[in-house]
Amino acid sequence: MSTGLPLWEVFIRSRRGLSHQHVGSVHASDAEMALRNARDLYTRRGEGVSIWVVPAAQVSASSPDEKEPFFDPAADKTYRHPTFYRIPEGVKNL
Amino acid sequence: MSTSSLVDNSLVAQYALQLGDDALILSQRLSEWCAHSPELEEDVALANLALDLLGQARTLLTYAGTLEGRGRSEDDLAFLRTEREFRNVLLVEQPNGDFAVTIARQLYFATYQYELYTALRESTDAEFAGLAAKAVKEVAYHRDHAVQWTLRLGDGTEESHRRMQEGLDLLWPYTAELFAADSVALALAETGVAVDPRTLRPAWEASIAAVIEAATLTMPGGSWQPRGGRAGEHTEGFGLLVGEMQALHRQFPGAAW
Repeated sequence: MSTGLPLWEVFIRSRRGLSHQHVGSVHASDAEMALRNARDLYTRRGEGVSIWVVPAAQVSASSPDEKEPFFDPAADKTYRHPTFYRIPEGVKNL
Repeated sequence: MSTSSLVDNSLVAQYALQLGDDALILSQRLSEWCAHSPELEEDVALANLALDLLGQARTLLTYAGTLEGRGRSEDDLAFLRTEREFRNVLLVEQPNGDFAVTIARQLYFATYQYELYTALRESTDAEFAGLAAKAVKEVAYHRDHAVQWTLRLGDGTEESHRRMQEGLDLLWPYTAELFAADSVALALAETGVAVDPRTLRPAWEASIAAVIEAATLTMPGGSWQPRGGRAGEHTEGFGLLVGEMQALHRQFPGAAW
């Protein structure tokens, strides 16, 4: 099926006030067609109010080999985590 | 239903059948692309267009069945009529051809449907006005889809340009029927129920010409203007299309899932 068209990463904002979330990817010849393909694939059931498409080749990704230096040090410094606050009753979305 | 006391119901039923059959048959043709498109993404895109059209067809055929007063449901009308009883224009039944032919058909028909539904929103018949208000948003997207592809194929490679031009030329003769002075539409246009098809042509042609020029293609011409779809006289491939569409329902009447 694939004819080697460029790959685009798709981000959807499901409603106002939320940020765009990565939902998947599509093939398309250019950005405008990528937006339309994303609309057809990912927003058919009213999932979104806004779509971003980004050329997949433009995404710089962290390497699995660097997992330890990148992410491990974050785990042992408990003072970085907001776990020492008492949450008042009735507060939502924390 | 608001005009039922003033307007001949059987005429309104015929008009609903014309528009409903246009949507139903094009939906069936587009569905044939499912699992055969050049790209997986395009498979989904074409199936989406087909589903939009099927939704329009359901509303229109249901309405036609109600007005007709013979107790026929949307399914009865879609699956139990014979070939000669369908009232769709010849354009929508034309075979898919290559992808460019399908896009040419989409460009011609979606642009027509966009103009038609835009005008039909003002219909004095509440059912038609309601359907048109909803469907005009769908067909605006169908038109955009066809325009985007026409631009890319026309202004793409030498081969895509050639194929797009051949698609436009091949189907151009069938566009005349869209704007023909059909007796049902004309009679209903007098009371504001239907749209006089002839009035849609200038805006349609201007829109098509602009796209074709932007796509570096040439506006087709010629004087051959086949018609007959509104009278049930269809082209060669139509029997096969109807046969395939109705096979399941005829083998298993009332099948549902």
